[in-house]
Amino acid sequence: MREKFVSITTVGVPLDRGNVDTDAIIPARYLKTVKRTGLGEGLFFAWRYDADGSARADFPLNRPEYRGGRALVAGENFGCGSSREHAVWALMDFGFRAVVAPSYSDIFRNNCLKNGMLPVALKAPEVRVLMDALLAAPGSEIAIDLPEQSVTGPGGISCRFEIDPFAKSCLLEGRDEIALTLTYGAEIARYERERKQVTPWLFRDVPE
Amino acid sequence: MATMFSKIWDRHLVTERDDGNVLLYIDRHLVHEVTSPQAFEGLVLAGRSVRRTGAMLAVQDHNVPTTPDRSTRIDDRESREQIRTLRENALGAGITLFDIDDPRQGIVHIIGPESGLAQPGITIVCGDSHTGTLGAFGAIAFGIGTSEVEHVLATQTLWQRKPLQMRVVVSGALAPFVTPKDIILAVIAKIGAAGGTGHAVEFAGDTIRRMSMEGRMTICNMTIEAGARFGLIAPDEVTYAYVKGRPLAPGPEHEAAAIAYWEGLPSDPGAGWDREEALSADALEPHVTWGTSPQDALPVGGRVPDPEAQPDPKERARMLRALEYMGLAAGTKLTDIPVDKVFIGSCTNGRIEDLRAAAQVARGKRVAKGVTALVVPGSGLVRKQAEAEGLDRVFLEAGFEWRLPGCSMCLGMNPDKLKAGERCASTSNRNFEGRQGPGGRTHLMSPQMAAAAAVTGRIADVREVAR
Ligand code: SF4
Repeated sequence: MREKFVSITTVGVPLDRGNVDTDAIIPARYLKTVKRTGLGEGLFFAWRYDADGSARADFPLNRPEYRGGRALVAGENFGCGSSREHAVWALMDFGFRAVVAPSYSDIFRNNCLKNGMLPVALKAPEVRVLMDALLAAPGSEIAIDLPEQSVTGPGGISCRFEIDPFAKSCLLEGRDEIALTLTYGAEIARYERERKQVTPWLFRDVPE
Repeated sequence: MATMFSKIWDRHLVTERDDGNVLLYIDRHLVHEVTSPQAFEGLVLAGRSVRRTGAMLAVQDHNVPTTPDRSTRIDDRESREQIRTLRENALGAGITLFDIDDPRQGIVHIIGPESGLAQPGITIVCGDSHTGTLGAFGAIAFGIGTSEVEHVLATQTLWQRKPLQMRVVVSGALAPFVTPKDIILAVIAKIGAAGGTGHAVEFAGDTIRRMSMEGRMTICNMTIEAGARFGLIAPDEVTYAYVKGRPLAPGPEHEAAAIAYWEGLPSDPGAGWDREEALSADALEPHVTWGTSPQDALPVGGRVPDPEAQPDPKERARMLRALEYMGLAAGTKLTDIPVDKVFIGSCTNGRIEDLRAAAQVARGKRVAKGVTALVVPGSGLVRKQAEAEGLDRVFLEAGFEWRLPGCSMCLGMNPDKLKAGERCASTSNRNFEGRQGPGGRTHLMSPQMAAAAAVTGRIADVREVAR
């Protein structure tokens, strides 16, 4: 089910804002879907379009130079707020496969990893340099290499990023995490048996 | 020498990997209609089934209208579809559902405690960031994404890494009309909207110890607005009394054992904290937000801050954008800001104590001309209790609307939303751009403050209105 992520070389799309919340990434009215697909149309809706529905020419996602870019570069605490995984689905449906930012909300980062999208955390000054370079030379490419844990970009920018080894291997293999966990079925069953002895009241079924 | 979080964590380890990831057992799982359909779909596509249906409770809350005709009439086709999908999924899997016309229906974070699902010492999750609310019982309660919802449905576990440990000590006595909401707004303003990222935050101190469960839940509810997935408060007699007698409480046969277990949970005096913060409640004032991040909170006597006085250019740009969105000029007195709408409700402040507090301010007054004020109980049980106490009449006589339970105007997903440019005094938890509807402007505050705004037609200091 999950897509793999190994490496991409793509146009970098700069979104020079911090604390981009998931309500901004995908407004609540788009959460009414029961599917994962098609959410790209609502991505950053309030920022992409005017009140009368016309595209804002200055918003990066609307600028021709950045069209087709698959890596979004943004400010700190990206994806804060609501836990909606729709934010990741919307980014992916639009075409993004990676975000580069100084930091992420914990839930958003987890949601990325579950979907084969790479949340790259660089140091704030590194993101600043990358952002400025992408703003100065729109359409520049950046390369993100997961095995090497590296980002290279315009102006000779080259930095390394850290990532949890488990998350890394899941991304590289596109692993189905539930299938992996189900191999621990015996351990889970044993835990439940033991726990039932200690805290039997937690095993009462929710009544109708 | 362990923190409460560590003690609960350690008791839920199914297995541990060398790289620090653990398989954590999840005791309870709450489900709502917005973040679950794709999880159930994934389960079906992979030919898997729900591991422990009895551990789950589902509810319809985000999409539901709050008007009386809602069980027969939902205009929005997609909302109807999402509600129907949860109904089918719950029925198909054998999960208990509080459907739209169930007397216990309400906001997921309010019905969890009411049903006794929230208890000390447990792990509990929901596909919703405000699940941290239930940490108020001394539990590891956290919000997850839809893929994780699917993982819990299938395995009753989650892969997790242990967060860092933060403690916030709140001490001193709250002045009249100063509330837990003001404490948490002040904490977020102090540490910032990302200040708690990567941490579990335990709230301690004498102010917290004297607080009701409702107040504790308000505080833990908004911990996510400081970036922390977990808020916790040690259980005590107040907690035990709240849990007792609820449908899923340990019951007489296990009560003694449960209390003995719970008493061992609080953090040890010598526990190590990665970070510590302190807040004095003594001089705290009612708070209100002026911007588009929950960290933009100030005492109500203040003025809209001036971005030009902000030395950091990035923060200055953020403030300028926030003021433009909010339609506010720097230097404006907060109490000079008029409001169009008032929303009293949400999982932050939709509990009985909140409604009592708002009614106390509204009693004998009138909603200001031109203002629409909604009171939306957090659940059917809260609504029933409020009606038994006559609060509905207080509100109705004052010109408030008395609605059916749901998320309502907290987020723009059901018919209760702001129009572009409308300004709302809201007891909810997020003032993000467009949160209450595209172009809507949100000022967060306590229920008392929201009631004061309703009767004056502007942001007001409740201490003056109620005098
Ligand atoms: S009341 Fe608001 S914050 Fe709470 S669960 Fe509903 S939408 Fe989310």
